[in-house]
Amino acid sequence: MKQQIVISGIGGQGVLFATRLIAEAAMEEGLPVLTSETHGMAMRGGTVISHVKAGPFQSPLIRPGQADAGLFLHGGNLELHRPFIREGGSLFVNRPGPAAGGGIDAARLAQDFGHPVIANLVLIGHAASRGALFCGADTLRAVLRRISPPERLDINRQGFEIGFGFEG
Amino acid sequence: MNRSERILMGNEAIGRGLVENDCRIATSYPGTPASEILSSVADFAAETGASIHTEWSVNEKAAYEVALAASYTGKRAAVSMKQVGLNVAADPVTRSTYLGTKGGLVLIVADDPGPHSSQTEQDSRMFALFAKLPVLDPSSPREAKDMTGEAFRLSEKYELPVMLRPTTRVCHARQNVDCGDPERKEVRSRFERNIPRWVATPAFLPELHRRLNEKLDRIAEEEAFHPRLVSRGGDESRRAVAASGVVFAHAAEILEGGDFSGKTDLYQVRLPYPLNRKFIGDLRKRYKEVLVLEETDGVIEMQIGSDFVKGRSTGHVPRLGELTPEIVEKILREFLGVPGEAPSAGQGKGKRPSLCPGCGHRAAFFAIRETFPKGIFPSDIGCYTLGMNFGAVDTCHCMGACISQGAGFYHAFAQDGPGFPSIVVTIGDSTFFHAGIPPLINAVSQGARFIVVILDNGTTAMTGHQPTPALGIRSDGSRGAAVPIPELVRAAGVRFLRECDPYDVECMEGILKEADRYVRSAEGGVAVVIAKHPCIVGREARKGQPVYRMSVTEECIGCKACVEDFECGALVFDPDADRVRIDGTLCIGCAVCVHACPVGAITAEGEDR
Repeated sequence: MKQQIVISGIGGQGVLFATRLIAEAAMEEGLPVLTSETHGMAMRGGTVISHVKAGPFQSPLIRPGQADAGLFLHGGNLELHRPFIREGGSLFVNRPGPAAGGGIDAARLAQDFGHPVIANLVLIGHAASRGALFCGADTLRAVLRRISPPERLDINRQGFEIGFGFEG
Repeated sequence: MNRSERILMGNEAIGRGLVENDCRIATSYPGTPASEILSSVADFAAETGASIHTEWSVNEKAAYEVALAASYTGKRAAVSMKQVGLNVAADPVTRSTYLGTKGGLVLIVADDPGPHSSQTEQDSRMFALFAKLPVLDPSSPREAKDMTGEAFRLSEKYELPVMLRPTTRVCHARQNVDCGDPERKEVRSRFERNIPRWVATPAFLPELHRRLNEKLDRIAEEEAFHPRLVSRGGDESRRAVAASGVVFAHAAEILEGGDFSGKTDLYQVRLPYPLNRKFIGDLRKRYKEVLVLEETDGVIEMQIGSDFVKGRSTGHVPRLGELTPEIVEKILREFLGVPGEAPSAGQGKGKRPSLCPGCGHRAAFFAIRETFPKGIFPSDIGCYTLGMNFGAVDTCHCMGACISQGAGFYHAFAQDGPGFPSIVVTIGDSTFFHAGIPPLINAVSQGARFIVVILDNGTTAMTGHQPTPALGIRSDGSRGAAVPIPELVRAAGVRFLRECDPYDVECMEGILKEADRYVRSAEGGVAVVIAKHPCIVGREARKGQPVYRMSVTEECIGCKACVEDFECGALVFDPDADRVRIDGTLCIGCAVCVHACPVGAITAEGEDR
């Protein structure tokens, strides 16, 4: 199994937590994993991107046109980061409006739930329900239990399930 | 021995490597992309019960000197910093190669090709060459961890500090890495007086320099550091690629592609300086062309130095910027004559970073700019550099420079007559400790007249909230002695010192006007204002302040003054309504923005107001 995923968003949206969740899921499934993350000043509300490569890779970075899946927490990043996705790759985009072309209003769903910060997990839950990720939903659930801070665990799990159950 | 596999960030892998290899003293000053190294040492020490002194030093020079002296006692020590931090530590580093070390000393310098978060993209391997310091160049988190042990052993064998030079893409990559128990050697500190060595007046230096050169010659012959032939394919073409650092990882992955099969040999250079002598000879014998891929300058290329080498000097490799995989693919296709195109990255601009909603710095900048619409605003390095987004930062150079720049502007303008402009310098609390104190003394003693605003948020925010000396908290969370900023300012000879909370914009504007009058008075000099509000990223800080319910009334005329001049992420212009609205998911209810609306359309409600 080999899969390359980009996670794109803006600082503060939980891109790093999403990256960690997927990377730990790879290890849980016995796959080698490499990620690359954005740290530093960009984390103050600027554009950030993570690369996750599950399987036998050497470089932490994904080349344009090679990602199998893209998780976009900020629709405004599409112009910049969509070129990473290969032809036929799957795309999941947090954006308002009808759920077409991988769109899901994760921000609205998270806010309706009362916790705007879990839009990242709504998006991952949705991607998992479509079978777009190398790992099954149960692996992600198990990792989420392990890596969530105790006081956030319930909220995180529910965020994931909201996305997983989304019928767009 | 317990072994387990964990996913570690490159910086955590280095921290883990230091702990497993009996490092006893670890020092650092935070800076992206190096910041997580020291905190990982503290965390892994606590986890494994290893006894390690860890410290966030006041700056990189102090950090290096503390670690260096610890090495004199025979214990293993490590110091980590970002590449521009090495400029600050340059003085002790360059002399330490002459004098050498006792216990292993590893200097970890994180480079930032691109750059992503730095004021230069300098290549610290070039500095290593200049300082005569062996340097290891890891290509992955796993290798970075392994190299900490190799660096300690090399350092002890030759009594020489060794540099480990990861780059951003190693520091901030994550990988599954094997972790084991710490090795414990029970070394007791011991210091032997050795005046020719540890005092080393100029009379002793020629001999020390001769020995240093000898050590480097021997290291360049170390069989263990002969570059590795990783993949073959160049028998027919008589071409080879020699790569180091993460660029090696990019190249290795690209060369696995079917269309590159049988085209080239690939070598990994793990010790770029001093480059293995035999390797240079082997290349000459075996190949008609060798492409060198390395970041960010031609350190390996320069040492091979022959006309069969292709790289930066021949235009085969771009002379600046990060070598991303798509650029490496393009270079390899051209060099090896493999047809095809590497797809290019997206060309959009992305969203620029901005001060957090509710940040005290924004309030301080607003007060400064409102009070001095024609002022000159030198600033410095930290989150607050983002004041440039709304015209409150005119210069940013290197740590601490803003205070000397304030003085330089004053002396230049003062020559032209008494009506000099108001110069308002902004510097963060951690930056002030790092490099602000000598320039403040200098400005006072040279009679400069300007205002210094110390933006005191009680932490080193941008790099991940490391404590400053003012807090009296050490890197492992234990209590240290607090060093208060006001006492330092007074001791530097400053006669005008006021403190305020910048959330109270009117109060701060009053203090700034008073400061300007002092600066221009007969007895005037440097005025210091400490604008104190805790970083609101910390949960505790948020708990300690009132939360107002903010709204934008019908009075809003859609002029966007608040969006442009105040630039708070929670103030959003809605083009359909032609009005500004509050983004409730981002707003923390600080209410400072009521001052930013020229028609009073932003209102705050709450029990406290």
